[in-house]
Amino acid sequence: SGVFWSSLLSAVCRIIMAHQQVRRKLIAVIGDEDTCTGFMLGGIGEINDKRQPNFLIVRKDTSRSEIEDSFNQFMRRSDIAIILISQYIAEEIRHLLDQNTQSIPAVLEIPSKEHPYDPTKDSVLRRAKGMFNPDDFR
Amino acid sequence: MTDRLNIFPSRAAMTFMKARLKGAQKGHSLLKKKADALMLRFRQILGKIIEAKTMMGDVMREASFSLAEAAYSAGDFSLGVLQNVDKAQTKVRSKKDNVAGVTLPLFECVADGTDTYELTGLSRGGQQVAHCKEMFGKAVTLLVELASLQTSFITLDEVIKITNRRVNAIEHVIIPRIERTIQYITTELDEREREEFYRLKKIQEKKKKIRAIEDAVRAKYIQDQIDREGVATEARNLLKETDKDPDILF
Repeated sequence: SGVFWSSLLSAVCRIIMAHQQVRRKLIAVIGDEDTCTGFMLGGIGEINDKRQPNFLIVRKDTSRSEIEDSFNQFMRRSDIAIILISQYIAEEIRHLLDQNTQSIPAVLEIPSKEHPYDPTKDSVLRRAKGMFNPDDFR
Repeated sequence: MTDRLNIFPSRAAMTFMKARLKGAQKGHSLLKKKADALMLRFRQILGKIIEAKTMMGDVMREASFSLAEAAYSAGDFSLGVLQNVDKAQTKVRSKKDNVAGVTLPLFECVADGTDTYELTGLSRGGQQVAHCKEMFGKAVTLLVELASLQTSFITLDEVIKITNRRVNAIEHVIIPRIERTIQYITTELDEREREEFYRLKKIQEKKKKIRAIEDAVRAKYIQDQIDREGVATEARNLLKETDKDPDILF
């Protein structure tokens, strides 16, 4: 009977965890190989049941349309809450970022090794252009 | 369209319009207060975003360094890392925050499951790999906070625009329209009173004229009688004849 109760408990735990997993969301990454590797090590990478990863490695030969498709896919997925994108890649799909008015998933532009962060290019900060002084960033 | 409302001008309509004006003014001041509160929160968030983005630049740089160090010691482990992606250990959970009636979404970091990369770098450079993991972990925490700030920022921006639009609409369209309606009703009521007054005066004048004519005709008739019969016979006054007829019962 002890075995019965412990197996029942573990089954209930699994059901509760499965239910909770639906509400928790992922962080997606669009960046170069080093950025992606680093963030995977940080523990945010996942392949979902449909064999879709939540990251895109952008190499020199990655086309703009691939990046656009990937971005649009991440925006449409209901299990992604945040999209991290290296700023130099964000520049390639700037038109898509400017059009985006959804507040979730949140799109964050991050710096990369060769390209430091430039606040004047950030889509989100441009909406508040008149309200802050770029010198605050130094 | 912004001329005035089409209602029948009466005193009841006047009271109704005055009540509506009061309501519109109260609504306007309340909405203005809401817009001010939201604007305050908006500026606070913007300040925090600027701080966080500056910090992010530093944290990302440290994380990149640690990755380079780890790659130097442990060799190129990126292939192994990218191939072994399975389930995420760090996920985000959304909470709701309420500011002046606006629900803002917030993100919270949630650890969920075991470390997939426990065995990476076991052969060499394990310490650097562990350090790299830590650095990127810190970066993720900071980025989740930044994402919360950013979503609040965008949501607030939209709501502030809508609220300001409503404030301006009330101030420049609704209230002037109601005021013009009240003015119209007032002028209509005044005019009606004047018309009433004028009509009364006219009737009085007419009555006076008719009486003057009647008096003139009666005077002429009596004069004619005197001229013809030498004596004036008054017309029978039925009321005076009740003196000759005693009451039957009492």
